[in-house]
Amino acid sequence: MTDIIAKLRDESLDDYAANESLKVNSDFLRGKLMDDMADNATGAVSPDDTQLTKFHGFYMQDDRDVRDQRRKKKLEPLYSFMVRLRIAGGRMSSQQWLTLDDVAQRYANNTLRITTRQTFQYHGVFKSNLRAHLKTVNDAMIDTIAACGDVNRNVTSTANPHRSAIHRQVYDLAAAISDHLLPRTRAYHEIFLGEERVAGGPDQDEPLYTKHYLPRKFKIGLAVPPDNETDVLTNDVAFIAIVENGELKGFNVAVGGGMGSTHGEPDTYPRRGSIIGYCDVDQTVDVAEKIMLVQRDNGDRKNRKHARLKYTVDTMGVEGFRAELEKYLGYTLGEERAFEFTTTGDILGWYQGEDGQWHYGLFVENGRIRDYPDDNPIHAGMQIMSGMREIARIHDGDIVLSCNQNLIITNVKPELREQIDAIIDRYRMLKDVTPLRQHSIACVAFPTCGLAMAESERYLPTLLDRFDAIMKDAGLENDPIIVRMTGCPNGCGRPFMAEIGFVGKAIGRYNLYLGGDFTGTRLNKMYRENIDEKTILEELTPMIHRYAKEREAGEHFGDYVVRVGIIKATENGLDFHTA
Amino acid sequence: MSQGPLLDTNSPLNGDQAQRLNDVLGGMNRDQMTWLSGYLAGLNASGGQLSAASPAGATQTVSALPEITVLYGSQTGNAEGVAEQARDRAKAHGFNVRLLDMADVTKKDLKDPTNLMVVVSTQGEGDPPDTAIGFYELINGRKAPKLDGHRFAVLGLGDSSYDQFCQMGKEFDARLAELGAERIGDRVDCDVDYEEPAEAWIETVLARYAELSGATTAAAEQDGPATQASESQWSKKNPFHAEILDTVILNDDGSSKETRHIELSLEGSGLVYEPGDALGVVPQNDPAYVDELLEKLKISHDTELDTGSRIRDALLAEFEVTTLTRPFLEKWAELSNDAELQRILSDEARDEFKEWVYGRHIIDVIEQFPVENLDAATFTQALRKLPPRLYSIASSYNADPDEVHLTVGVVRYEAHGRARNGVTTGYLSDHVQPGDTIPIYVDRNKNFKLPHDANTPIIMVGPGTGVAPFRAFMQERDDAGAEGDNWLFFGDQHFHTDFLYQAEWLNWREKGLLTRLDVAFSRDQAEKVYVQDRMREKGEDIYAWLERGAHFYVCGDGDRMAADVHQALLDIAKEHGGLDEDAAAQYIRELQQSKRYQRDVY
Repeated sequence: MTDIIAKLRDESLDDYAANESLKVNSDFLRGKLMDDMADNATGAVSPDDTQLTKFHGFYMQDDRDVRDQRRKKKLEPLYSFMVRLRIAGGRMSSQQWLTLDDVAQRYANNTLRITTRQTFQYHGVFKSNLRAHLKTVNDAMIDTIAACGDVNRNVTSTANPHRSAIHRQVYDLAAAISDHLLPRTRAYHEIFLGEERVAGGPDQDEPLYTKHYLPRKFKIGLAVPPDNETDVLTNDVAFIAIVENGELKGFNVAVGGGMGSTHGEPDTYPRRGSIIGYCDVDQTVDVAEKIMLVQRDNGDRKNRKHARLKYTVDTMGVEGFRAELEKYLGYTLGEERAFEFTTTGDILGWYQGEDGQWHYGLFVENGRIRDYPDDNPIHAGMQIMSGMREIARIHDGDIVLSCNQNLIITNVKPELREQIDAIIDRYRMLKDVTPLRQHSIACVAFPTCGLAMAESERYLPTLLDRFDAIMKDAGLENDPIIVRMTGCPNGCGRPFMAEIGFVGKAIGRYNLYLGGDFTGTRLNKMYRENIDEKTILEELTPMIHRYAKEREAGEHFGDYVVRVGIIKATENGLDFHTA
Repeated sequence: MSQGPLLDTNSPLNGDQAQRLNDVLGGMNRDQMTWLSGYLAGLNASGGQLSAASPAGATQTVSALPEITVLYGSQTGNAEGVAEQARDRAKAHGFNVRLLDMADVTKKDLKDPTNLMVVVSTQGEGDPPDTAIGFYELINGRKAPKLDGHRFAVLGLGDSSYDQFCQMGKEFDARLAELGAERIGDRVDCDVDYEEPAEAWIETVLARYAELSGATTAAAEQDGPATQASESQWSKKNPFHAEILDTVILNDDGSSKETRHIELSLEGSGLVYEPGDALGVVPQNDPAYVDELLEKLKISHDTELDTGSRIRDALLAEFEVTTLTRPFLEKWAELSNDAELQRILSDEARDEFKEWVYGRHIIDVIEQFPVENLDAATFTQALRKLPPRLYSIASSYNADPDEVHLTVGVVRYEAHGRARNGVTTGYLSDHVQPGDTIPIYVDRNKNFKLPHDANTPIIMVGPGTGVAPFRAFMQERDDAGAEGDNWLFFGDQHFHTDFLYQAEWLNWREKGLLTRLDVAFSRDQAEKVYVQDRMREKGEDIYAWLERGAHFYVCGDGDRMAADVHQALLDIAKEHGGLDEDAAAQYIRELQQSKRYQRDVY
């Protein structure tokens, strides 16, 4: 077992990535944030502190649409913060929903965005509103701690914990893991909630993370086969539920999933998690912790582009990693048990759970909850935000966010079903959408994301209009294909697991990836580089028509393109770049 | 080499000159001689005119004329300029002259009978210039000196569009007489176009003093030189046509303000300016407004005036045709013979008048009180000259000698059913664009200057467009590598849209040039917050800065902000200096008189 502190003590931090000294010298994530918050001459925080705010759940961004105009006007960029909540398993009460909705209206840009990791993001939160924002959210028993940063992020679980007793059990574990791996520093409470700092208090005590925290972000997800709506193998750690005779026995454990990569750097690649064994239910939290500690002590702290667990696993080898993990655990993992995934989608519309309770899955395109104006070309007059507010007012139960950026209204009293249908109609919360669109994901990208190289959320709906037409021509309007788009290769929209993936290269230009599978178990591979919409359509139109004619019974598009040799299957991350 | 004394026989000098020069040279050491030889060579090379020199060949006896004291109270430097001109003219006529700033005057200065020429400007609502407050209080207070045996004449500078036009001139004129001094000439009140009447007043008063002394003044053979020998050829009367290089609205979308940053080229002009100086812009009136005016007056565009110019051209370039002044209204009341107009102008309606005039323009009066068959000459005689507008310069000559920058708040509002534009701001924003030229000149402001010592800390309070000169200050101190601390208080309506030059302030702060930056945005929260509130929050530090010699500058709105900031400063002196009301007032007054508290308010 390596002691990270002992290891780092002997070397100068100068040899490590800049973020490493930032963390160590931050006084447990305080940095100069107190001063930054008091400085009303700028909407920004100081450059070093922009790294620290991530640990507290928010990113500094600026409105890239107005950046140039403001430069000419001698104004600083229009800085605001993206605030991401920590909502384990995406589950909240309808009361909490109303608070979060109110916060969006008062302190953000009047929208809520369901992320691909089952939580809400707020955009456009100005520094002057930040404390009020966080305080209000906190008063509703939700926080933003560790929603970003080099720590364990929001733990994802199934889209509906109320679907069965098993789902509920899995959700409870997700919440337990989330709580267990939470940073212990009181920095957040002092800086944003006005808590007094207690000298020599428990803040020095960061037993799991130490002052070094993790080398990079760390993500954990759980899934209950045959559903894989959490896209569980894209996580650093995946727990795949093993159910026997209607009883949750334990989990297959996979490590080393992750999407991020960098254009033109083949040393970076997306990776699907590798299953390294099996653990019992009561070992789950411990296994999650110990995997995190192996990563804490072995992850690459010199090169942030090589710091995720997936690279640690490939450096140590899957077997080597398991052996090291078992040293931390003090016991061995069991052997992988059989399971099968059949879908990554959510159940939409009305359905009944195991106990006969009713649930409603609402499709939310790109997860954006807002009221669209009547002249919006794609979502004319859809008032999803107002509609959900109405529903949350009459509904007494949980509302759950999914990794597909949809939401599920759970345990609906039978007598409310008609009312909810009426609200959905009245606020035009749903439009006719094809299965293709239902299975699509886009990240935020422009104008707020600083990493975006191309449009995503603002563009994919338009591109899907074209695809819908092609699918109709080909007679496939009732068939799903998983299409995902991101504005950069960091992979927030999990594009590398899509059947058709688009990753932004420049304004209006994308890399096209093909060959992921429908159930979230195979990566795709780049098919064309840096192409515009015209070329995209020229490439895909004949391919979709050919698929319509040549597919075998039940064969999904991603499997078809591999079978007929349009693209070679990617077995795992290391051969992602191999043609 | 030694030489004998100068005589009228061995030099071109006359006997008197030779004798006086011998007296001077006899007491000089070698260094002084060396300097003098260079000085004379330089003087000769520049044309040989020495401003203070008596004209060659003057034959009057100097002692026949009394000594004159030119006493001035000046805010922006106009009154000071006139006073200097008076001094130069008096010297040219052979008077002995003493130039005295009201900031420096003590009771002792007025002990012996003096022949005073008083030049004073009026600020805001009839207030004295900052540096004259002490003197004003002195002569109006219990300790006022007796002035029996003194003689005086007063010239007031002001702006007739203000209600309290030339109030200070009036008060000084009355008060000096009350204290026993003899008024030797009628007071003259000058409007914004003050140069000609000021010159006439100077000559009249000098002639009167000469007459009283029984002597006649020598006819000065040439005009005295301009107020500053180094002044460029460009002036209000002969402006430089500067090309507009760039203009950008500094406010972002969604702001209710329109503040323009305008960059002008000075290339080839030879114009030089210092931080704190103003740029005079000679504007043109809005052609659409002028056309409407002529239509309402039923006067043809082509009507020729006595001067030979067409009336439309004259109204565009020469006359003030928007702002209402009392003299215009008096004339109009006479022409229209309208009872209501006459009532408004009566002394009893003084308070109502102010409100009545607010937002009204000349065109509104013409519309409401029509005068039939008005001829062009009568109309133009009722108007005053179109004054140039002065803008505090927002750039440093030393940082970029080829350019000058302005920060112009565009005035747009609706009143009496019409959309209004400020004359010059409308001209700058709507009628000219990059590539065009506009007539400009530099208007010096000696009373708004960086400390001579680059290590002296400064505190700058400049909300809104008041921030302009401080941008010049920072550019200057940046360029010079000045090490004094700099502290800016800025305020406006909204942080996101109205933080003028935000990126530059932040950059200077990052570099360490701008030591502190405090901002107040009044409309970003329920309770309005202004610069004076931020000052009070930081009062302890402000007082500490003042105690270590900081200069304190205020620029911007003179209606309310300047007074609020002044009050905040008084309160800070009380709270953090442990001073009582009187001592705090004295503390601030001393700051003003030592020119450590300077204001450029409008």
